[in-house]
Amino acid sequence: MTDDGERPLRRVVLLGGTSEIGLALVAALELPRGATVVLAGRSDERLATAAATLPDGLRVERVWFDAAASERHAELFDKLFVDDVDLVIAAFGVLPRQAEVEQEPTRAVDSLAVNLNGQVSALLHAANHMRAQGHGDLVVFSSIAAVRGRRANYVYGAAKAGLDAFASGLTDALHGSGVHVLLVRPGFVRGRMTEGMKTAPFATMPSKVAAATARALQERSSVVWAPASMRFVALAMRCVPRVIWRRLRF
Amino acid sequence: MSSGVPRSYTGWGRTTSSVGISVRARNEHDVAELIRTAPTRGIVSRGLGRSYGDAAQNGGGVVIEPFQPDAKPVLAGDVVTVSAGVSLATLLQTLVPRGLLPPVLPGTRHVTVAGAIAADVHGKNHHVDGSLGRWIERIVLIDGLGERHVMSPTHDTDAFWATVGGMGLTGVVTEATMRLLPIDTSYVRVRTRRVRDFDALLSTMRDGRPARYQVAWVDAFAKGRAIVEDGELARFWELPDGVPRPLDYRPRTRVVAPHVPVSPLRPSLVRAFNAAWWRRATDGERVVALSRFFHPLDGVGQWPRLYGRRGFLQYQIVVPDGAEHLLERFVTSLPAAGLPPFLVVLKRFGPGNDGLLSFPTPGWTIAADFPFGNPALSRALDELDELTASVGGRVYLAKDSRLRADALAQMYPELRRWQKVRAELDPLGRFQSDLDRRLSMR
Repeated sequence: MTDDGERPLRRVVLLGGTSEIGLALVAALELPRGATVVLAGRSDERLATAAATLPDGLRVERVWFDAAASERHAELFDKLFVDDVDLVIAAFGVLPRQAEVEQEPTRAVDSLAVNLNGQVSALLHAANHMRAQGHGDLVVFSSIAAVRGRRANYVYGAAKAGLDAFASGLTDALHGSGVHVLLVRPGFVRGRMTEGMKTAPFATMPSKVAAATARALQERSSVVWAPASMRFVALAMRCVPRVIWRRLRF
Repeated sequence: MSSGVPRSYTGWGRTTSSVGISVRARNEHDVAELIRTAPTRGIVSRGLGRSYGDAAQNGGGVVIEPFQPDAKPVLAGDVVTVSAGVSLATLLQTLVPRGLLPPVLPGTRHVTVAGAIAADVHGKNHHVDGSLGRWIERIVLIDGLGERHVMSPTHDTDAFWATVGGMGLTGVVTEATMRLLPIDTSYVRVRTRRVRDFDALLSTMRDGRPARYQVAWVDAFAKGRAIVEDGELARFWELPDGVPRPLDYRPRTRVVAPHVPVSPLRPSLVRAFNAAWWRRATDGERVVALSRFFHPLDGVGQWPRLYGRRGFLQYQIVVPDGAEHLLERFVTSLPAAGLPPFLVVLKRFGPGNDGLLSFPTPGWTIAADFPFGNPALSRALDELDELTASVGGRVYLAKDSRLRADALAQMYPELRRWQKVRAELDPLGRFQSDLDRRLSMR
């Protein structure tokens, strides 16, 4: 057991500053008054709207961040880490419609640039800075879609599977550095990203994922499923014979 | 001089960990070299890690382990000169059998001399003897350029009073000279009084004539009923018959607490324990060994482990007379809000000293242990910070892991002056700690 109890969070960076799960997580963390939350995203206008939804008593900064523009990440992270950052939440991502990416493969590549390349780039920058400061937490959002490629969203699933593997390795690479990685694997989350889609079984809400994540952070877990039953759904998914698997429509 | 290994550090409350590079220095030359070659995240020296918060750690930077912890104290009359890394426990072992006592003893003997100076520690006798700074005659300090200074209350005064209570941020103390108290025996004559409620406690402590050592253990689960202990150093003729060696000193750590994943310290258990403690206490006088009176918690090694993985938070403030309503919150509104402090200690402070960041000021000091887990705690303590600052009180930095930077200047009006002296001693900003960065103390 390590001596690594509680740390008050004073500076939190939310990459994907308009993400519903990300914002719900910031709220669920019950940050001390005066803590700084940096919302990072592409549209300052939408970040401003998001900032207004955060709990009172927080200092909110907004910075421009484009996950796909990884060549500009180094500069951005130097700026984010002028003061120690206690927590980085990588909550950005896009969910491409499968039919569209099949029609137009460049769109598939674009989504990978955000969901995989952008994540890997941002997380490596954040991890390096945190290693240098000797402490910090990283929250990475994988997905149930990473467990097994499905015809309904295999491009998204491929990115999440890559990210999941990356995050597992990163967790171990950072062992002993004072930096912890929490890998969150949510099931189907009802929200803006999945609007208009058919709801999958065991669907959950951003606020529930956020609550489970906040708890896992406190407990210093390295993996959390949300809802917890997803762990068994994932196990079941791996066991389903292909002839049945490919017929599933959700 | 060791090249250094990464090590995860926390304070005694086992919270706010960070990883720094642990190094050892054999002599002052090594210390100077380590300072001159410190990385951008800087360097800080650490004693025995009894600060509850993040004062003696430096995430991503260098942490110097205790300096010459085994060096022999050199005694000249009632004055002792010691290497900075020597602990008060060692000093007690050496001094008590010779009839001398360190004049200020904090709640644990497992602190180094330099750590005690950095926090300008106080003991149960503050109202009579002041804090440690009053008894320090000379400090040797290696500054941010690696240069050696010898300072005292009459020579290099600014640097001296910036270092006493300066949380290790003015340089690395390598040696100190301290005046001592002569004692006849290694025993304390303790008078115990039980007080039924908090108001009665306040008037007992304010109006009565306290002994040289005085402290009250307060039960926050029972409206602040308390046990007041008054202690006087026992004279030879006051010892009961049959004490063969009046200057015997053999402190014992009876048990060592195990690691526990979930804390057994539930409110119900603590409530029951406190009640039993109260019932067991008897009003009256008895003679007890020094270590039992001064360091009861040292009897259980590693006791913070009992608070489980998440650790606990100790909160200590001082407020002037007239701000008793703030003290009352610890036994009224905090327990009512589901935040009962498990252990509360109250005592009177006498006049402070010239330490620019020294904690003690006249009035009341209260220290409380809270287990982590209730998110309302941080808000309740934020509010207490503000109230404390508004009545001219302050938070003890050696216990702190959560104060906000903007509150610091309000609580420590000499902060600016301290910063100026610090900048002179360390123009390149070599000395840094997690506490320093959190409170933007530079």
